[in-house]
Amino acid sequence: MENLINIFLNSVFVGNILLAYFLGMCSYLAVSQNLKTSVGLGVAVIFVLGITTPANWLVYHFLLAPGALTWAGLPDVDLSFLKLVLFIALIAGMVQVVEMIIDRYSQGLYNALGVFLPLITVNCAVLGTSLFMVERSYTFPESVVYGLGSGLGWALAIVAMATVMQKLRYADVPEGLQGFGFRMIVTGLMAMAFMMFSGITL
Amino acid sequence: MDTTAARPWSGIRKTFTYKAISDALWQSNPISKQILGICSALAVTVQLNTAIVMSLALTFVVSFSNLVISSMRTLIPRNIRIIVEVAVIATLVILADEFLKAFMYDISKQLSVFVGLIITNCIVMGRAETYAMANPPIRSFVDGLANGIGYGSILCGVAFFRELLGAGKLMGYQVVPQVLYNAGYENMGLMLLAPGAFIIIGLFVWLEHVFLKD
Repeated sequence: MENLINIFLNSVFVGNILLAYFLGMCSYLAVSQNLKTSVGLGVAVIFVLGITTPANWLVYHFLLAPGALTWAGLPDVDLSFLKLVLFIALIAGMVQVVEMIIDRYSQGLYNALGVFLPLITVNCAVLGTSLFMVERSYTFPESVVYGLGSGLGWALAIVAMATVMQKLRYADVPEGLQGFGFRMIVTGLMAMAFMMFSGITL
Repeated sequence: MDTTAARPWSGIRKTFTYKAISDALWQSNPISKQILGICSALAVTVQLNTAIVMSLALTFVVSFSNLVISSMRTLIPRNIRIIVEVAVIATLVILADEFLKAFMYDISKQLSVFVGLIITNCIVMGRAETYAMANPPIRSFVDGLANGIGYGSILCGVAFFRELLGAGKLMGYQVVPQVLYNAGYENMGLMLLAPGAFIIIGLFVWLEHVFLKD
């Protein structure tokens, strides 16, 4: 249990998927102008990550890992080189399902997220979390916690960024720095703040 | 004297290929102008070595995926083009990944998951979708090459400063002389951490905007 809480806290704060591993920057920079959309996208990413990470764990450990096909009578087969293709396919499928569900039950959220939902497929954070999960050889419960934690960390970062940008809307930024450059530097300062958590362990 | 003889390059400047290259390297550099592909750009820039290998891997993937997709562009049904594109890109990324594992094991360990993440790199998808689907193979290949180099130039630039200021080294060799350390110079630890990358890339973009203003 302690281990799980540790993984959770670590993935939300110290090892924040966005601020420490730079994953999911594209949609982060595109959406973080608007607080409402950021919250929506953040929730969608938590949801997608919470599903895909454990699902990819199952795929990896029952189909791809060396010796995983023992149940099918093929103990010598190692398909782990296929993990990139299968993971991305599973993620694309899951995102499609989530999109259909949101379309059916929450038209408002669907309209707000608009083009960004399909973009979750190519959100590096989603694939990155699955790949990190394999690389760090997490167990199944750990992968569930890690998926949710990364999603929450990403959502936290994008919502915080949207809030900061809203506050800074009328700030007097030097001309050449406006836009992308300025947002990168603000992100850098925010990443520095998140690193302060690194002393905390349970 | 006619102008073509005076400026022998002006004929080349009119070709589509030249336009594709200059666009990718300069006018709309994928990272600094279009804000694409930063996802993986920053994590591998702690050292110049890894940044160079990453740039080569990405250039390989984006140019060949452009070539393949462009040659198939009339055959791909419009509705499932994204899946076809992802399949082509993923295959090329697996090739690059296995190659690195076989011949440059140390560097592939350092790059860890980031080679795999080329699949979700927006540059590759973006070029396949906007350029390769509409242009002939050779030109798409050159476009991919130029975009890869444009991406690599920023990546190596950021890595250069991070390694130089953060560790006093370049490509693993000590370049800041011991005399400076004795005189009280210290490495800037911040550069090796994540925030350093964000701040450097922000300053890079600032510099570019100031000097390249039209």
